[in-house]
Amino acid sequence: MNPLRRTLLAGAVALAAGLGAGDALAQQTKLTFYFPVAVGGPVTKLIDTLAADFEKENPGIKVQPVYTGSYQDTIAKTLTALKSNEAPNFAILLSTDMFTLIDEDAIIPIDSMLKTEADKKWLGGFYKAFMENSQSGGKTWGIPFQRSTIVLYYNKDLFKEAGLDPEKTPKTWAELSDYAKKLTKRDASGNVTQWGIQIPSSGFPYWLFQALTTQNDVRLMNDAGNKVFFNDPRVVEALQYWIDLVNKDKAHPPGIVEWGTTPRDFFERKVAMMWTTTGNLTNVRDNAKFPFGVAMLPGKKHPGSPTGGGNFYIFKKSSPAEREAAMKFIRFATTPERAAQWGMDTGYVAVRPDAFETPRMKEYVAKFPPAAVARDQLKYAWAEFSTHDNQRVTKALNDGLQAALTGAKSAKAAMDEAQREATRLLRPYQH
Amino acid sequence: MTRTKATIYGWLLLLPAFVLLVSFTHWPALATIHASFFTTPKGTRPAIYVGLENYEAMFDDPVFWQAVTNNLIYALGTIPVSVALAMLMAIWVNEKLAGQSWLRLAYFTPTVLPMIAVANIWLFFYTPDYGLIDQIAHAFGFGATNWLGNPDTVLYCLMVMTVWKEAGFFMIFYLAALQQLSPNLAEAAAIEGCGRWTFFRRVTLPLLMPTTLFVLVNAVIGAFRLVDHVIALTGGGPNNASQLLLSYIYDIAFRYWDTAYAATLTVVLLAALSGLALFQFLVLEKRIHYR
Amino acid sequence: MIAARGIPRTLETTGAWVLAAVWIAPLVYCIWAAFHPPEFASRFALDAPLTLANFHKAWDAAPFARYFLNTFALVSLVLAGQIVLVTLAAYAFARFEFVGRDVAFALVLVQLMIMPDVLLVENYLTMSSLGLVDTILAMALPYMASAFGIFLLRQTFKSMPKELDDAARVEGAGILTVLWRVYIPLARPTYIAFALVSVSYHWNNFLWPLIVTNSVGTRPVTVGLRVFAAIEQGVDWSTITAATLMSCAPLLVAFLLFQRQFIQSFMRAGIR
Repeated sequence: MNPLRRTLLAGAVALAAGLGAGDALAQQTKLTFYFPVAVGGPVTKLIDTLAADFEKENPGIKVQPVYTGSYQDTIAKTLTALKSNEAPNFAILLSTDMFTLIDEDAIIPIDSMLKTEADKKWLGGFYKAFMENSQSGGKTWGIPFQRSTIVLYYNKDLFKEAGLDPEKTPKTWAELSDYAKKLTKRDASGNVTQWGIQIPSSGFPYWLFQALTTQNDVRLMNDAGNKVFFNDPRVVEALQYWIDLVNKDKAHPPGIVEWGTTPRDFFERKVAMMWTTTGNLTNVRDNAKFPFGVAMLPGKKHPGSPTGGGNFYIFKKSSPAEREAAMKFIRFATTPERAAQWGMDTGYVAVRPDAFETPRMKEYVAKFPPAAVARDQLKYAWAEFSTHDNQRVTKALNDGLQAALTGAKSAKAAMDEAQREATRLLRPYQH
Repeated sequence: MTRTKATIYGWLLLLPAFVLLVSFTHWPALATIHASFFTTPKGTRPAIYVGLENYEAMFDDPVFWQAVTNNLIYALGTIPVSVALAMLMAIWVNEKLAGQSWLRLAYFTPTVLPMIAVANIWLFFYTPDYGLIDQIAHAFGFGATNWLGNPDTVLYCLMVMTVWKEAGFFMIFYLAALQQLSPNLAEAAAIEGCGRWTFFRRVTLPLLMPTTLFVLVNAVIGAFRLVDHVIALTGGGPNNASQLLLSYIYDIAFRYWDTAYAATLTVVLLAALSGLALFQFLVLEKRIHYR
Repeated sequence: MIAARGIPRTLETTGAWVLAAVWIAPLVYCIWAAFHPPEFASRFALDAPLTLANFHKAWDAAPFARYFLNTFALVSLVLAGQIVLVTLAAYAFARFEFVGRDVAFALVLVQLMIMPDVLLVENYLTMSSLGLVDTILAMALPYMASAFGIFLLRQTFKSMPKELDDAARVEGAGILTVLWRVYIPLARPTYIAFALVSVSYHWNNFLWPLIVTNSVGTRPVTVGLRVFAAIEQGVDWSTITAATLMSCAPLLVAFLLFQRQFIQSFMRAGIR
């Protein structure tokens, strides 16, 4: 047993002992727990099982998991319920919802729940990249649970056809353009029959764009979430690179590329390389009828990707006993074994390094090496874009990106305008 | 019956419906109007009275104006087409053409398929290259088209879906109305050697007028309220090219949680719609012949 | 109608069929994709193997059996409530010259335009103060006084010959008796059309049920369907179409089984 795990176990035991007294008082603590489903597979069943296992170990606590639709539906339902005082005790919501929840005064900092050294150690045991989106103002507001990053998927057959080594993937932007051009095919009349690369731009283009800006070593927002840097020259350069893939290299489909159909385009061999979430691993493994590879995204200044996905949050309206119980559940769900299991079942990245040390995870990674790519990329990963008035600021960025990608505005003009709008929106949060 | 008596009976009959209407429509609507004069309460910050500031912000909001323009195009494009198609479908189904029951089923499908799922099916139709429309286009030698990813085509794609949904729905009402017309009329007209088109124009169309009023009012309202597919398919994108008023309100209310601004836009939408509906109702009602 | 003959008729039949082909295309595609393996979701090969795997996958993703039961309870409750309330209100508007009628009618029209979805937050507050959150009644209540139904039925009642009404009154029938004996039977096609619309609307309604319910015991089938929509890993047409077919199968089957009855009842009312 490695030392980290030993301390963790010791911590868990100490916590259990410490809570023992509270348990006796709160005879039956009932918890409501909202969760979204964002990936395929029997997620509702997995959550029900998790809750049932937890109840078996903790007879004093009842957990009622409520499936609340997509992430979007879940935050809608949570905030609606909040306004009539019926918020859940805890929930899984996007890590980027943190500022929204803080501004609504809906959640409590997790730090207030940590009492012992072991507790603090547990909190320190998550990947740094995931914690970036879970902390603000020196406090921790969320606990990473189902998290992802962006990776490159590629079709090895098409690599071979184009005379490329299927074990070597593009490491820089220049290489990426070069590969993409070689992988684009046209028929006699000049219609493209196969695109080199596809970076989806519908719905949440900012997330994929953030991979490009991270690679160009530029942050889009500050830690306090009240300033953005959309018109930084390096941001404009990143956007120009994306546009050039379309207009100059002619190796990326024009217009807005639909996120939802991108994996399908890949399966249909309409595109040789795609950027999409690690959450797609299981899907690609099951549906790609050709040998495929998964690789880290290329870099400009360095490799990079934003993180994504959902965190646990504990809601303020819960009583002290309910908060304790919710905390217990969160710790239960994020033990190395369960974090590993959750990653294997759903395709998310296990949120703690020690999860990758568990025997089952090791065996899994050995059998299916792509599962480790996301983990290895985490050291280059930065927080997903999130600010106060998050959805609106994000929308300003999304609109700018789509305007530039559809050719309505130049990269510079689009980013200048997005910056103006975002600055206006963030003015109330400057102090 | 005296007027007093009629009034008592009238209101008694209305009472149960009105209790529900007031509690779930009028009262919340008034609360919405009220909210449009305040800021959005957030966490510890309560709502503050700001007078017309929200309305001023709205007039300065370019996305609002784009949504208004898009919505007008959307309304002008979908209403006449869906009403005309609905009437045509009903007449065809009523006429006992070959395979009549299949026709009926086909025209009826939009009513049974939930919009949430339908959005995904249409997504397949519109997908570039291997989507249904492009597969057909390929057969005629055309290349791939990014239907939903192009700001110039996306609104029209959504309009096609709306016509599909609405025409199938309105057909039911025309069919019910046609079935109530007396077949004697047609027989009499046929004996007099009246042409098919003349008969339609002089007899069927006027007799269908009450239904047309009903359908028209619903079509106008539908043009402003059928946004499920916008939310599910494009989210108003690319760059607001398919943003409609209600989808924008939905975004503001349930994505940005700016309830005050959403209330402001809702008030404008309601005012416009009530005006339109009342106008249609008052003007057309006078010209409709009830038996 | 005067039926067309000869060439015009052939033309019209062709037109009707082309239109029908376009209209039924989504359903046909739904059936195709649901019964074939995922790799054939976008490839129409005649030799594609048939499979039920998509249905298994969809069925396992949510407790659909219970959801169906809830949906069934919901649409029955809504329809029953609507028919009673709408009939009374439409009767009042169509046949009583009462003080404030036009204002009252305008107030009803308002509901045609205000989508309950827009009033979600307010309505949720009301339900929560009534203690009705997470009940089937809560999903049904805001829709029961359907302005759409009142409008539709009023139109029908108004186009009925007033003489029938007068004749019944002369015989000494009360107001409700006249309604029951004269109006309701004659308005049967409208009721059927309305029922069709109401049932399919509420069978497919999504946002309000999602917000106002919490548990498996109350949630309708569309909420279950949502598991497949808008997922992070992209659309899986095979599973979505299988789930769609499952969720609308009862409606489709009912329509196919009863369409003769629907039409006959339209006819009976038509011939009078």
